[in-house]
Amino acid sequence: MPELDADSVGVVTPQTAHFDDPLALACGKTLPSYSLVYETYGTLNAEGTNAVLICHALSGHHHAAGRHHEDERKPGWWDAHIGPGKSIDTNRFFVVSLNNLGGCHGSTGPLSINPETGRPWGPDFPMMTVSDWVHSQARLADRLGIDCFAAVIGGSLGGMQVMQWALSYPERIAHAGVIAATPRLSAQNIAFNEVARQAIRSDPDFHDGWYGEHDTLPRRGLKLARMIGHITYLSEAAMGSKFGRDLRQDLGFGYDVEFQVESYLRYQGDTFSESFDANTYLLMTKALDYFDPAASQGGDLAAALAPAKCPFLVVSFSTDWRFPPWRSRELVDALVRADKPVSYANIDSPHGHDAFLLPEPRYQAVFAGFMARVARDQQLEGS
Amino acid sequence: MRADLKLIHGWVPEGARVLDLGCGDGTLLDALARDKQVTGYGLEIDPDGLTACVTRGVNVIEQNLDEGLANFDDNAYDLVIMTQALQALRRPDLMLDEMLRVAGECIITFPNFAYWRHRMYLGFKGYMPVSKSLPHAWYDTPNIHLSTFNDFERLCRDKGLIITDQAVGNGAHKAHWSSRMWPNLFGETAIFRVSRSGNA
Repeated sequence: MPELDADSVGVVTPQTAHFDDPLALACGKTLPSYSLVYETYGTLNAEGTNAVLICHALSGHHHAAGRHHEDERKPGWWDAHIGPGKSIDTNRFFVVSLNNLGGCHGSTGPLSINPETGRPWGPDFPMMTVSDWVHSQARLADRLGIDCFAAVIGGSLGGMQVMQWALSYPERIAHAGVIAATPRLSAQNIAFNEVARQAIRSDPDFHDGWYGEHDTLPRRGLKLARMIGHITYLSEAAMGSKFGRDLRQDLGFGYDVEFQVESYLRYQGDTFSESFDANTYLLMTKALDYFDPAASQGGDLAAALAPAKCPFLVVSFSTDWRFPPWRSRELVDALVRADKPVSYANIDSPHGHDAFLLPEPRYQAVFAGFMARVARDQQLEGS
Repeated sequence: MRADLKLIHGWVPEGARVLDLGCGDGTLLDALARDKQVTGYGLEIDPDGLTACVTRGVNVIEQNLDEGLANFDDNAYDLVIMTQALQALRRPDLMLDEMLRVAGECIITFPNFAYWRHRMYLGFKGYMPVSKSLPHAWYDTPNIHLSTFNDFERLCRDKGLIITDQAVGNGAHKAHWSSRMWPNLFGETAIFRVSRSGNA
């Protein structure tokens, strides 16, 4: 049984909030009712001024920190940065982390029952956008008694939600942390997503998304999608130092696993294909593709950012080639042109896009410095 | 606050929109924001300086000055400040153009290579000067474009720029009659306030 570290939030229990007021979606459809599963760490102060919202990335979920039970193998996905004394210090902040709508970890999504048909939504679950998620998150904030978040923070697709928060609810977000993100996907980004989608959709077990009714899963497709995704999350250097050209066994002159990197990718793909819902993966990649706040202003991001009021911290990582530093710079430059408060750090890291999940001294210093500033601005105790 | 920063602090008008190139730990921008409601951004590449800025709430952008200021629009600022960075740039002359593109006025400080101690060092010892303002050895110095008070005056003249103020600092950063009289000889740090022509 692993010891829970002193800087862990400890054992956490997910909670569920149910909403009966319909949610109108960008796609034109309406979710009549829905549930959001979420976790909280730390304590909300009497004034409600110390709440931090964490937004998750493509395959993320509500379990950001701590463990669900003492012998859970791995802690939450952002445990490196959330906990007592960590960058997002739970002694100071009340942290809220939820699973987004359309997800497959407990919030209403393709695996949930469609009240109209009495069977799972499956591929009929409405397409979600980043702003739909942000609206649902605002309702969760209402439920928790949070008028204004001290900070909304997220990496990758999570960072897009942070941007959208600053635009949709400028009065309800005091600081924005946008990490390893981009204000819109490039053609190459969309292309990678499309290959992943095609891998899933062309799997004979996909059944147009009704695999559940056929008692099967599009495992091969989802596995391929994850393998492709995983390559884009790591840098060439990180893969090189992790696997190099190491062999698992002597060359067999066949198509079995020979190189360690093949073994790793297959393992990642296999694990993922058993634990993640294919319809969720499809709609989450679409939400990524659709996000483009500048589109409403003819591509002028600075103009699109006009409603934003809060100070931003933007962080990128030197070897991230999924959303490289210059994609973060697009956001920073637009914020500067729009005359918005922003700080930007480009962290040297060998870990590619995944660096945003990992501890790295300079990343932690900037992140913790920003959160110290948030605490001071919010006049939290001990800041 | 460093003496040259204190002097600059006095020169910056209330409510100005300012860029601080090589803003270090953000001391100057922080003080200007508090005392004079100045807004703007600092540019820095030193990790510790950048973290200090983020922590104290000074807007700071990680940006290498040698890549120019293309991300800042023409006349977007009232003033661009650059302290002790000119001599480390690949093309100080082009940076001066850039600074006066994004703002009508700039303030620049740099170590004066013609300071008498530097002259003595080179003239009598025969070695590249090493001093408090030039602490590096010739082979590892970031200061690749050393210049003098007079050199900078000449560059401004050649470019048709207007020097609206100039000052020097010495080791103790105190004004002295000798450095006012012969700044190129007795000023350790050169401090210039420069405007575009027709803008003064």
